[in-house]
Amino acid sequence: MAEQSGITCILCPNACQLVVHYDRSRKEITGLDNAQCKRGKEYAPQELFDPRRSVMTVVPIRSKFWKVTSVLTAQPVPKARIHDVYEEIKKLRLTAPVRRGDIVLGNVCNLGIDVIVTRTVLE
Amino acid sequence: MNRKKIDVVVIGAGPAGLAAATAAKKSGADSVLLLERNEFLGGILLQCIHDGFGLHQFDQMLAGPQYAELLVEGLMKEDVVHLLNSMVIDIDRDRTVTAVTPKGLWQLDAKAVVLAMGCRERTRGAIEIPGSRPAGIFTAGMAQRYMNLRNLRPGREVVILGSGDVGLIMARHVALEDGMRPVCVLEIKNHLGGLMRNKVQCLDDYGIPLHLSTTVTDIRGKHRLEGITTCRVDEQMKPIPGTEQEIACDTLFLSVGLIPENELSKRAGVTLSDGTRGALVDNNYETNVPGIFSAGNVLHIHDVADYASFEGYQVGANAAAYAKQPWDRERRFPVHAGDGIMYVLPHVLCEGCREAELKFRVKKPYDNVRIVIENGGERLYRKRFTKILASEMQIVKVKSGVPFHDLRVRVEDAG
Repeated sequence: MAEQSGITCILCPNACQLVVHYDRSRKEITGLDNAQCKRGKEYAPQELFDPRRSVMTVVPIRSKFWKVTSVLTAQPVPKARIHDVYEEIKKLRLTAPVRRGDIVLGNVCNLGIDVIVTRTVLE
Repeated sequence: MNRKKIDVVVIGAGPAGLAAATAAKKSGADSVLLLERNEFLGGILLQCIHDGFGLHQFDQMLAGPQYAELLVEGLMKEDVVHLLNSMVIDIDRDRTVTAVTPKGLWQLDAKAVVLAMGCRERTRGAIEIPGSRPAGIFTAGMAQRYMNLRNLRPGREVVILGSGDVGLIMARHVALEDGMRPVCVLEIKNHLGGLMRNKVQCLDDYGIPLHLSTTVTDIRGKHRLEGITTCRVDEQMKPIPGTEQEIACDTLFLSVGLIPENELSKRAGVTLSDGTRGALVDNNYETNVPGIFSAGNVLHIHDVADYASFEGYQVGANAAAYAKQPWDRERRFPVHAGDGIMYVLPHVLCEGCREAELKFRVKKPYDNVRIVIENGGERLYRKRFTKILASEMQIVKVKSGVPFHDLRVRVEDAG
């Protein structure tokens, strides 16, 4: 069945107000208006059928200078799992050194996505 | 006192300053010195743990600290000397920079200076909210610093006043963090202050209510904040009697605007613009004081850090060129911010200039308008926008067959 939905593309500050025509049963986009770039074409089906977001927070670290460092999911996780992912991340206790990009939690919540350090703390 | 001669001194090691120092060295300045007040490089980026940085520069979605580290790596590659915990306390018109550093008081005779001090947040005092003065009221960026760099929790029940990007991002942060809850976001204007993408992913995702045309008219609490009174406002932003509402909360975050930090610039005799509250600059981003340049948020508030860096690279290269071969002051022509335009950068153009990159913002959100750029009678650019927001800086390159003499950007109704 043909449906239509308005979503705001959040990939960049342009925030295109996409109008998406789609068929939910076949998970298929049949038309897309107002996209200023090609990334909107990938974002629209993603946001409609499997919305995802990055999760970021800080975790305690044993270090000479810092109390915390920051972490981020290496890829966006399903929107519905944001809180589960957050709870898992908050159990972490790190010790310096950690480097930008280090995986501190692999395959978080069995989603196949890693949590990585975003700020290097050497000592 | 330690006296040194330096080609290019860059003040502030945030996105603009890191880029400026890197570019100055790369462009052939013999000596470049980057001065940073904090004990780390990166400026505000380190507390911005959300992603969205580096999209334009590195084509990646990075968190602020990741983006900062990439900029720092670029700086290290060029072997730029930097000093941490070093606070510049004075600059004069002859580009003598005085700094308090861990190595003592330094006086630097610079051939060129890049001002990259960033901005400050407007405070409760600046917006004159009445009421008592309890603990629990923070600027959003200060709360972000406590939470993300110091692991402190500023409060539990949080109201956010102002829908600027920092406010929206902090609302989401509070929604996620254990033991904290965002009550609502209030905005005195009738439109969102920050970027639409931040409303979607920070407020809508978490069901955080946004109340437009609403402000805080009273603050209660003796030692700790206990509650606030909100009030709807009319088109003149005056509170409407009878629309008051009491909200219980122990914490108030203010995200009510950023102001370029130009105390040092003023000491150097730099003229500021009313539109941006940053320096008046020409197409080289040179201020009215010869050899003093400005880049990043100290010049005008950027919505994306990448653009502050791009500006830094450009300006750093210009400063290096000036250090090598100072140029004479030529005649300059003003660029006009016409109808509906808040400001245009650069503010003036050197004589003979036929190509320019203009950065500008509209005064308020518009639907169905055209942006028109003209040089005298000659139209150089015309583009239709179904929607254009004040929170989104526009960058447009214009070219003309004749030198610019009366360049103007304006908004025109497109029916």
